[in-house]
Amino acid sequence: MAEKTQPEYQFQHKHIFGIEQLSVADISHILATARSFREISSRPIKKVPTLRGKTIVNLFFEPSTRTRLSFEIAAKRMSADTFNISASTSSATKGETLVDTARNIQAMNPDVIIVRHASSGAPQLLAKHIDASVINAGDGAHEHPSQGLLDMMTVFDRKGRLEGLKLAIIGDIAHSRVALSDIIGFTRMGADVYLAGPQTFIPAAVDRLGVTVCRSVEDAVRGADVVMALRIQLERQNDSLIPSLREYSRFFGISNNLLDLAKEDVIVMHPGPVNRGVELSPDVADGRRSVILDQVTNGVAVRMALLYLVLGGNKGSDVQSESR
Amino acid sequence: MKSIILLKNGRVIDPAQQRDEIADLGIIDGRVVSPDAVAEKDAEIFDIRGCWVVPGLIDMHVHLREPGEEYKETIETGCRAAAAGGFTAVACMPNTNPVNDNSAVTRYIVEKAATCAARVYPVGAISQGSKGEKLAEYGEMKLAGAVAVTDDGRPVVDSRLMRRAMEYASSHGLLVMSHAEELALSRGGCMNEGEISTRLGLRGVPAAAESIMVYREIALAELTGGRVHISHVSTAQSLVLISSAKARGVKVTAETAPHYFTLTEQAVLGYNTHAKMNPPLRTEQDRQAIRAALRDGTLDAIATDHAPHSVLQKEVEFNQAANGIVGLETSLSLSLALVREGLIGPGRLVELMSLTPARVLGVAGGSLDNGAIADVTVIDPEKRYIFSAEKGFSKGKNSPFDGWNLQGKAIYTFLAGRLSHCDI
Repeated sequence: MAEKTQPEYQFQHKHIFGIEQLSVADISHILATARSFREISSRPIKKVPTLRGKTIVNLFFEPSTRTRLSFEIAAKRMSADTFNISASTSSATKGETLVDTARNIQAMNPDVIIVRHASSGAPQLLAKHIDASVINAGDGAHEHPSQGLLDMMTVFDRKGRLEGLKLAIIGDIAHSRVALSDIIGFTRMGADVYLAGPQTFIPAAVDRLGVTVCRSVEDAVRGADVVMALRIQLERQNDSLIPSLREYSRFFGISNNLLDLAKEDVIVMHPGPVNRGVELSPDVADGRRSVILDQVTNGVAVRMALLYLVLGGNKGSDVQSESR
Repeated sequence: MKSIILLKNGRVIDPAQQRDEIADLGIIDGRVVSPDAVAEKDAEIFDIRGCWVVPGLIDMHVHLREPGEEYKETIETGCRAAAAGGFTAVACMPNTNPVNDNSAVTRYIVEKAATCAARVYPVGAISQGSKGEKLAEYGEMKLAGAVAVTDDGRPVVDSRLMRRAMEYASSHGLLVMSHAEELALSRGGCMNEGEISTRLGLRGVPAAAESIMVYREIALAELTGGRVHISHVSTAQSLVLISSAKARGVKVTAETAPHYFTLTEQAVLGYNTHAKMNPPLRTEQDRQAIRAALRDGTLDAIATDHAPHSVLQKEVEFNQAANGIVGLETSLSLSLALVREGLIGPGRLVELMSLTPARVLGVAGGSLDNGAIADVTVIDPEKRYIFSAEKGFSKGKNSPFDGWNLQGKAIYTFLAGRLSHCDI
């Protein structure tokens, strides 16, 4: 996969809004770059000077612990200066619009803005008013591209390929930006994506994205190489999307019994944080098939790669020499 | 001194008289007269060879924003935009601030409009404050100049109130217009529900949110024997309901807007807030159904739903952006495309944009009969131009057609025989 990258290939994206904008060559290149960075995090001194003097702003309009920490660690391991802004979307009600915020931050000349926002499309709006690169760290129910990339990296590591794999995504697809990034990414890389969940969680016309919607979790999991469970937001119960978590876990939760329908070497993924006993039974979440912590580790490497690439880094070999 | 005008050599298209011929048209003191009654030496002569002469266009669905949101539009600027678009009359929705739910507001609008470039027919609110609770004073508003009632933008949830509105409006000879939207089903949605909303991660509004309410209005019109007019129809499903209701004699009429027969939900891609309106842009299948319905008579009128907003409402996150686009200055060009494409003839276009709106609203205009008030639009169907929202007369620049190459334009608009717009 990554090895097939054409020699004349150039990474051209200034902004990362979603997997949607990335070609097969782009994805392969990002994953190859991430793989070359991963080793840095296992060194005794986990820091390279690659992005020294660069200013990276984490602009989070929604609470996040994991993603923000992962981006921050990624930036710091590359010697960039990082700043965290936890903006509240309620600032809009005080009269400050996203465009105002963008212009103010721009005036401080950052190099990269990593943004998470409850509104789909907010990163694009930000990018229109700013010179810095914008990386989407999750926008509404749209995309979460770095998560999609780290998921692809994790699967590739375990399976040696993405093409032809059967990936089952189970749960709240409709409200999940992770699901959309994974659907687009894995199908683009040639995997066969199957979805299952209560119909209230299946987005309109999602089959048009090249996936197969299954009637039951069993159908989706049968013969799967990868099973990915999505987090159920607890408030969905009040939205008449599911009657109760109890019923959800009984009919759509992933247990070891269910996984016996999958391939022998199936791996189980989850974007976290897991509601143990809801999406995954505890023995699955912590069991031998779980690669949830690999996902977290790969997240740092993927985010290092994205920062490096949007700032104009291009060749994996440069990274290696520079990092030594 | 008498005002005498002679429009020479134009193609007079007046479906009210089944007329479509090359002829001259005279105007004396604001009334249409036979050209024989005009002595050329006394007249101001407009040689309009190659152009169409049609009864002044009437837009039965606009938002003029005054009183209350004059930074978006005023009655004056809205009327100038109307005249520039070939309109001589508009019906303005009541969702102003304060809401036009009483005769004082109605009268304010009428008085403001008296010196403007187009006739303004206020549409009063169905309910007080458009809150959907208690009927507004239709009789008083009608005396002040209202021609219809609607709670446009804040659809009437309570079916019993809607029933009462139809009954009570019929007592005053007022039309009830309905913005058909089942609010529980559309809640939180900001574009059509389908593949594009899934790809963009935006919450969708299903077509059923419109058609459920269209059916309710039809059923209530049937129950009460009242008249109902469905505003801005956007879905194929609604058209099936309207068509069958008409076939069995229900007093229902319906309009659509140029964006629904020109654009689809694809226009939203890139989170384009200038493609956000309510009801939302739908699918290609819906667009085709609307085009067919304009031809076969299921739809009665083309109205713009002209909805000016400032950048404050549009240069924001897509789900937070205000609904609506300006339309007065592009409606005619976009509708003329239907004629060029052979979907409808020029006479049908005039029915949709002038004659039927006049009849549905029960107002003057829609015909060039001798003695009629001389609201006349002269259209150059060949004129090509690039539409610039920035240079438009409306204060609102929120148009998805900004920068489009358009063809066909009003070059003269006469309001009671006086030029309200000239683009030559």
